[in-house]
Amino acid sequence: MPSFVMREKCDGCKGQDKTACMYICPNDLMKLDKDGSVTGVPMKAYNQEPAYCWECYSCVKICPQQAIDVRGYADFMPLGAASTPLRGTSDIMWTIKFRDGRIKRFKYPIRTTTEGSIKALEGFPEAKVEGLSNQLLLGEPDIMGVKELPTRK
Amino acid sequence: MREFATEVVESDVLILGGGMGGCGVALEAAYWAKAAGLSVKLVDKAAIDRSGAIAMGLSAINTYMGQDGKVTHDQHTPEEFVEYVTNDQMGLTRQDLVYDMARHVDSSVKHFDKWGLPIWKDEAGNYSKSGKWQVMISGESYKVIVAEAAKNALGMDNIYERIVITHLLKDEKDPNRVCGAVGFSTREDKFYVFKAKAVYCGMGGAVGIFRPRSQGEALGRSWYPPFNSGTTYALMLLAGAELTQMDVTFVPPRFKDSYGPVGTFFLLFKTPALDAYDQPYVFSYLSETDNWAPYSKVKPTPTPVRNYEMILATKAGKAPLMMHTEGAAERIKKETPDPKEQKKELRKFENEAWEDFLDMTISGATNWAAHNVDPLEKPMEIMTGDPVFIGSHASSVGAWCCGAEDLMPAEYKADFPGQYNLMTTVMGLFTGADGVGASAHKFSSGSHVTGRIAGKAAVKLAYDSKDYTPAVSDETINKLKETVLRPLALYEEKSTYTTTPDINPEYVSPNMFMFRLQKIMGENAGGWETLYGTSDKMLEQALWKLGLCGEDTEKIGAADLHDLERAWENIHRYWVAEACARTRMARKESRWPGYYHKYDYLKLDEGQKHFVNVKYDVSKKEWEVIERPMVPII
Ligand SMILES: Cc1cc2nc3c(=O)[nH]c(=O)nc-3n(C[C@H](O)[C@H](O)[C@H](O)COP(=O)(O)OP(=O)(O)OC[C@H]3O[C@@H](n4cnc5c(N)ncnc54)[C@H](O)[C@@H]3O)c2cc1C
Ligand code: SF4
Ligand code: SF4
Repeated sequence: MPSFVMREKCDGCKGQDKTACMYICPNDLMKLDKDGSVTGVPMKAYNQEPAYCWECYSCVKICPQQAIDVRGYADFMPLGAASTPLRGTSDIMWTIKFRDGRIKRFKYPIRTTTEGSIKALEGFPEAKVEGLSNQLLLGEPDIMGVKELPTRK
Repeated sequence: MREFATEVVESDVLILGGGMGGCGVALEAAYWAKAAGLSVKLVDKAAIDRSGAIAMGLSAINTYMGQDGKVTHDQHTPEEFVEYVTNDQMGLTRQDLVYDMARHVDSSVKHFDKWGLPIWKDEAGNYSKSGKWQVMISGESYKVIVAEAAKNALGMDNIYERIVITHLLKDEKDPNRVCGAVGFSTREDKFYVFKAKAVYCGMGGAVGIFRPRSQGEALGRSWYPPFNSGTTYALMLLAGAELTQMDVTFVPPRFKDSYGPVGTFFLLFKTPALDAYDQPYVFSYLSETDNWAPYSKVKPTPTPVRNYEMILATKAGKAPLMMHTEGAAERIKKETPDPKEQKKELRKFENEAWEDFLDMTISGATNWAAHNVDPLEKPMEIMTGDPVFIGSHASSVGAWCCGAEDLMPAEYKADFPGQYNLMTTVMGLFTGADGVGASAHKFSSGSHVTGRIAGKAAVKLAYDSKDYTPAVSDETINKLKETVLRPLALYEEKSTYTTTPDINPEYVSPNMFMFRLQKIMGENAGGWETLYGTSDKMLEQALWKLGLCGEDTEKIGAADLHDLERAWENIHRYWVAEACARTRMARKESRWPGYYHKYDYLKLDEGQKHFVNVKYDVSKKEWEVIERPMVPII
């Protein structure tokens, strides 16, 4: 509601000091209920402010236990539908469940290189202080496939 | 009040916000800082892998020239882009800034390609354009990839996450210089002081200043992400920087409620959008929209005029307006009579249509499924949303910035304390992406590249200021610390007076303060509640009530660190609301009718074809409105 945590599946990220869902939520919504005072069970996560949730699915995609799902905003979505992702290293699979039971499945690429492989500054000439006063940015103009940077005619 | 530790962090360049712009700064500043022997640090209130407007992903890169000709169609020049943007923004734009972004933007996209962003290409490797400027991508991990590059360039030791920035630091010897920022951790009791020679302020735009259309659980499903709350504009304003066009908010025309995107449906799938009687609403109200000529006559129709047509259709009793996705399917059936081919083409359309939503607005996909609507079979309603502050989309809010040396008109030179690209009117304070005003249509790629432009310039300033050290006294730091933590102290002191902490005569919750702002802005300053109409008299009311909100920024109570984040987000929202209302008051015309219009000046007035800027003096508590000329470069 909008994102919710399934009680049975969440293991509190095994008591690590940072849970995956807390780490990732851009709006600081996921919280670990250490003593069970909110959820009734210790070491379960919950969405502390559902009305601030963007349904961005960052928590859903990152949870190692697949313990998080989203129930579409109740103030405009009828119950019974779900969009469920399974994010791998190079693709994401989506299962769309309609309210009337129809199912659609889609698969899309998410990246063409392996995670952690980016060497952002490698393969370019080293920067020189004199270059600070020209208009060229990292890799320009070659990376754009042009001979020179356009300027006002 | 419990004790908070204070941590002081020093660097030459400081990046506030690790969004699309901030990640661009990180890349470029890291590159040049190495040569100059300087240090660079980045701070964000979230985890930069999934922070900001691109947290969910995107399905298209909206700004790409294709200067190398390796595009399926629509190779364009920066000049052509400047013409397009100027007309879309109804004649008012900083052409030098737009040109500079456009001439560099391809380079960021080439970096993305190299890093592993799946860009759609044809067999020959040409980028697949869907419209004049847009390139299609499979962009679920767009932000993850761009953040990985930023982390790789900067080094993890230089990245501080989960720290909410609340104020910029001003130099105590040089009144027009910024030299750092302060904030607090949402994970431990810690107050942070960042000192630097050059500061990039790029914490996105803002939503939740005008009232979102959904009031319940879906309050958070504004089109614009609820986690950006105007910090960029508020902090620059309070540091004395000039803001421009703070009235030109963006009103997103989108699938109703879920805000599913429409761009790909219009451009790639050529989907018909019709009124409730199956008639086109576009170009159907010429007797009214012609009042916005010459801009309204140019193709493509400017976004604010296209929105205005939706408003006029609604007033004419022609709502709901529908996006006929099934019409696109019909067209495909007609164009491919062969049953096997047809099945293939329809499957391709279905795949791409759903990907558009699943890559960037998953709620839109669930909303189809929840209503049992298969887009190949049935239309869905489209509607204009709540006004948002975003300087990188089809709108123009942001700071008044210095342009490139070879591009900026001489008329603007004196506005800036130094000639550094994308520096504001305050020395040492840079911005990019959503932070740069009067420079629309950067989008994700242009946001990244303006970050890079600012990043290089910030390193140059830091290098030029080798002998400079920030002058900030301990007294100032202690005062700021007290201010930043005040909502916690107030709550702790007063909350036990009543039996429930929610209702207390001594403080207001961050949420209720926000609702008060939204009520004022939405009902008096041109929200959807009045179909985006306001007037001088309505704005007078708004400003009077906003003044009282301003007083109550000192009366917000916060129960914990999460609440403290909300408290500061809403204090920042308040300052942006003021800047917007004051700019709307100063502009005596309705130049962008589908973004906001004034009932008392319901026309375009070419006599007012200038920028309206605002400035605030913190010590005198005085606002100033400044007019700046529109100087074309092409
Ligand atoms: C709904 C939507 C759809 C879009 N679709 C497209 C598209 O299809 N194609 C395209 O090319 N572009 C698109 N854009 C545009 C693109 O997303 C933006 O241009 C870009 O993200 C702007 O970059 P930014 O750095 O200004 O802000 P953001 O990327 O939003 O980053 C802001 C950062 O600041 C941080 N922050 C905020 N407040 C604080 C604080 N107080 N303290 C510390 N950190 C803070 C946030 O956590 C975040 O990391 C879209 C934008 C939106 C909103
Ligand atoms: S990431 Fe998943 S398993 Fe870990 S705390 Fe959150 S919901 Fe529980
Ligand atoms: S869906 Fe997004 S905004 Fe909502 S709780 Fe999960 S990560 Fe946070």
